[in-house]
Amino acid sequence: MKTIILKGRKIYGGMAEGEALVMKGGLGGMGVFDVESGTVIELGHPWINEIVGGKILVFKTGKGSSSWSMWHQTLRFMGKGPLAHIVAECNPQTALGAVVARVPSVTDLDKDPTEVISTGDWVKVDADSGLVEVRKK
Amino acid sequence: MISLSPDEKEMLAGNQGLDKKRAMELLVKYTEALGARKLVNTNNVTVILGAIPDVGIIRKIVPTLDVDEIASKFFLDSDDRVVVSRVKAFTTTNAYFYDQRYPDLQRGGKEATELSKQIADYCARIGIVHLSTCTPYQSGNIPTKGEHCAWTESSAIAYCNAILGARTNIEGVQSSFASAITGKTPLWGMHLDENRYGKVSVKIELSMDNIQDWYLMGYYVGMHVGLDIPVYVNSKRTPNLNMLMALCAAGISSGSIVMFHIVGVTPEAPTFEIATGNRKLVKSLNFGERERRVAYEKLNHASRGDVDIVMLGCPHYSLERLSSVSELLKGKRIHPNVALYITTCRTNKYVADGLGFTETITKAGGILFEDSCGTLFDVDRSKVLATDSAKLVHYVPGMTGLKNIWFGPTEQCIEAAITGKWRGELT
Repeated sequence: MKTIILKGRKIYGGMAEGEALVMKGGLGGMGVFDVESGTVIELGHPWINEIVGGKILVFKTGKGSSSWSMWHQTLRFMGKGPLAHIVAECNPQTALGAVVARVPSVTDLDKDPTEVISTGDWVKVDADSGLVEVRKK
Repeated sequence: MISLSPDEKEMLAGNQGLDKKRAMELLVKYTEALGARKLVNTNNVTVILGAIPDVGIIRKIVPTLDVDEIASKFFLDSDDRVVVSRVKAFTTTNAYFYDQRYPDLQRGGKEATELSKQIADYCARIGIVHLSTCTPYQSGNIPTKGEHCAWTESSAIAYCNAILGARTNIEGVQSSFASAITGKTPLWGMHLDENRYGKVSVKIELSMDNIQDWYLMGYYVGMHVGLDIPVYVNSKRTPNLNMLMALCAAGISSGSIVMFHIVGVTPEAPTFEIATGNRKLVKSLNFGERERRVAYEKLNHASRGDVDIVMLGCPHYSLERLSSVSELLKGKRIHPNVALYITTCRTNKYVADGLGFTETITKAGGILFEDSCGTLFDVDRSKVLATDSAKLVHYVPGMTGLKNIWFGPTEQCIEAAITGKWRGELT
């Protein structure tokens, strides 16, 4: 089994491990989730019908409305939030979103995480050290 | 590590009250998350406190619907209940509040409309100027060149940076609220000179004489520049307020354009060299007939010609556009099967009431809303929508489930409202 280590920096601290859910593009906030179940409902979304709860979300950056952080925070309030974020390019939405969702989050990795990690891979995130360990499935 | 000034340390230590302490804690975490090193003073904030989840969800998290508890949890991300005394920075509210006169036409009905009123009252109580608009620059919140702001809502952010030359990142619900309370925002991104230079040139090949073309250009360029700042060159005209609002709204809907330059027009682009800081471009684009059509076709995805709803006023309609729509509707009557909804800010609504625009629109069978937003309307997802806003086309499907949408100029939308049929095409 192949293991890959990525090194970057912390957005928000903490540790988590779990199965990766990966998308190449930017992740939105408003209109993306049914926050009661944590299911992705946005039409045409690569994760449509997937449940984000208990997953490690890997995505390019944050996109869309100023309410991004509120929708990701509400997933936490409802107990349906993901375990961690791995973000290729940090922007205000993903920075604030990780803080209020209170999930470990890393960025500025030495390789593009959306290329290296595939959905279903087992991933360990040590956000305080900026380290990601990927076990390919 | 973040370096804090003495007054920031005071706030963080709790010497200026629990509200400032919680707000500063949040800002410090957010600043670290961005990878920034310090904060900068701001005295111009817009908050988007109306953009909360549906009232059913709120009730599950705050069963009493106590507004201070809602604010503590959702706006300040605080686990304990914090009663905010008064905001420190000049702060206005963004749109996404309900027009109190029409509870049944907006999502969540009476209960959501009442909660919206409570949040508006809360804002007023803590010293926020309740403008309720996505276009604060139309209602007296007009930042000056170089002013550090903490603004929310997408199209206003581009307007603030690109058109006014003021400086803001795209702030979220909690960060803008914390900035309002503390008068601080992270010194990062658009606040710094080196991040404001153009990276992609866009050669304008068309005469760009109507608002629709500015929507189409913004929409096309938004799809192709990623996070890089576009520099528009070869503009043959000086765009007016409506055209610039359209460009800002479209570019941040299809993409993430928070800043752009138009050489010879916008304040940080007297010349191409100044706009790019003499730096190397990453890409060059053209906007001509072909590109215009690509954007138009991307925005028109209705399968039926019967129109059920016409929505205008995204971003909030200007007085000029309210005047023209009123003229188009004078003595006319919209089709009985069609609803015509127009949104504007409360300041423009006040003028429209006084000048008889509102009466003309109402007599024709339309409704002029204040405060509200096209994505807040309670619409049946099987209906067909027509709009003159590329931004609305982009957001309505995700917010309402409605899929059949026509996009065209205001005149074609008003014709559809009167006839109940879409006959628009790209001319």
